[in-house]
Amino acid sequence: MKPKFSPPAPGKPRLTTSAMIASIAADGQATKPAPFGHALVEIASTRPDIVGMTADLGKYTDLHIFAKAYPDRFYQMGMAEQLLFGAAGGLASEGFTPFATTYAVFASRRAYDFIHQTIAEEDRDVKIVAALPGLTSGYGPSHQAAEDLALFRAMPNMVVVDPCDALDTEQATAAIAAHKGPVYMRLLRGNVPMVLDEYAYSFELGKAKLLRDGRDVLVISSGILTMRALEAAKALAKDKVSLGVLHCPTIKPLDVETIRREAAKSGRLVVVAENHTEIGGLGEAVARDLMLNGIHPAFRHIALPDEFLGAGALPTLHDRYGISTEAIVATIKGWLG
Amino acid sequence: MAELPNKSLADRAYHIRRNAVLMGEVQGQGYIAQALDIADVLAVAYFHAMTYRPEDPEWEGRDRFLLSNGHYAIALYAALIEAGILPENELETYGSDDSRLPMSGMAQYTPGMEMSGGSLGIGLSIAVGKCLGLKRKGSSSRVYTLFSDGELDEGSVWEAILSAAHHKLDNLIAIVDINNMQADGPSTQMMGFEPLKEKLEAFGWFTQRIDGNDLDAVVAAFDAAKAHPGPQPRMIIADTLMGKGVPFLETRDKSHFIRVDAHEWQLALQALDAGRSA
Repeated sequence: MKPKFSPPAPGKPRLTTSAMIASIAADGQATKPAPFGHALVEIASTRPDIVGMTADLGKYTDLHIFAKAYPDRFYQMGMAEQLLFGAAGGLASEGFTPFATTYAVFASRRAYDFIHQTIAEEDRDVKIVAALPGLTSGYGPSHQAAEDLALFRAMPNMVVVDPCDALDTEQATAAIAAHKGPVYMRLLRGNVPMVLDEYAYSFELGKAKLLRDGRDVLVISSGILTMRALEAAKALAKDKVSLGVLHCPTIKPLDVETIRREAAKSGRLVVVAENHTEIGGLGEAVARDLMLNGIHPAFRHIALPDEFLGAGALPTLHDRYGISTEAIVATIKGWLG
Repeated sequence: MAELPNKSLADRAYHIRRNAVLMGEVQGQGYIAQALDIADVLAVAYFHAMTYRPEDPEWEGRDRFLLSNGHYAIALYAALIEAGILPENELETYGSDDSRLPMSGMAQYTPGMEMSGGSLGIGLSIAVGKCLGLKRKGSSSRVYTLFSDGELDEGSVWEAILSAAHHKLDNLIAIVDINNMQADGPSTQMMGFEPLKEKLEAFGWFTQRIDGNDLDAVVAAFDAAKAHPGPQPRMIIADTLMGKGVPFLETRDKSHFIRVDAHEWQLALQALDAGRSA
């Protein structure tokens, strides 16, 4: 049923949706431009096997930077995602390492079988780099890839990466280029927040990293929800709640040793937080592993609901669906009672 | 016996058909009618047009052959056996547990099988990537891609058709098997694709339409596709007859996946022998 029109609440500004690919950076937050595009240009300088491919979204996936640096190594495939990934599989079969970009909805939903058959099943060295992962667009379900991690986790051979910020994106780009085999990486593009430089952190493929320790709550998170969890930790510290953050940017293969070790420490509420539907992502992966291994902490899940999400401004939507910093703080306080 | 033109190719086609019938007998059913219809095209591809080394199926200088319609694997295995890429004694394992010859072609299983087909409509996209890759490497190898008329229903095929012309992939030779039969019935009744030659020419392909069971015509088409001087990708539309070479299968009520009674396999082999000496 279509919603009824509701006038703005008095005194509250009505936010606008803005561009399809509006920045996720908060006002005043430190950012870095196009970390993926610049990192790929640098890596490709010593890797002549790397080629760039896109389906009419070079500018929107920061691949235009690569295209400008290496015009003869860039393939514009037109707005044809099935072709994009089939051809990427073909180029990989001839010894090249394609970085193929599009939006996460098109990689995961439209081209799934092509990736399954021409890349994953044949174990081809293709890096799928997909913008607008999870809920990072206000344009509604057509552009919201709420289920991308579930779909790619379910695909054998596929490595799945969900970086948090500009630093993570740069380092993850280098790591997946060095990894032999198919990878799906969620992309943050444009002016991407820089957060993890405050921490003693470096990205390692397949590793979860404890960014801060905490006595009361352990948040296990990936992607931009790690950024939110770190902000929530600072906010909750004022209320004397001690919150640890275990950043888990590789969704598959999962760093189960670190997760088990941290989750087994007694007396903490374990919360998995992800920018993804509650079905089939990091939360269910962690829960399954802990149950199978007899580790039973109090467990909660912050994720997007199993419904088609709304259109609107991202801050509004992140509040509505519980993945803004304020919403996370309120939710965790509620759980702690 | 009259001297047949392209006698050695006719002999190759006979052996491909024979190998396919022997494999069909292992299963008792299967895509045998398609194997029989495409045997002449495969004979010309493997024994006239393509460059490869049977003892080294992954030799870098080889021409690539992509089987998009993976269920035609029975036909390709028959050709690979005839070409010496697969040993003849594996024929009896077709479609059996632990065989390297699964019912649907898979790249990880079989020497000489370049892609995992079967999810129809995929091969031409891979071919575009392989052609781009070969050009990047400065290779003169070509990519031959066989697909079926039913695959023309798939949008991805037309993405690849647009793309191959856009990227001027003159190293691509695609062959579409028009046997006018897909899973639910005659292909032209499932989704009309005619006039196909005119369509493909309008899409920028150097296109020939031939009787795919006339060896001289098939040879001429492959020769012209290789020799064509323009930058266009090349398409050979091969009209074929399902069951070709086994009269009682040529005239049987056609279906995509046919059953053949146990006693008929021997009759099919006899029919092939009769056709060979006719």
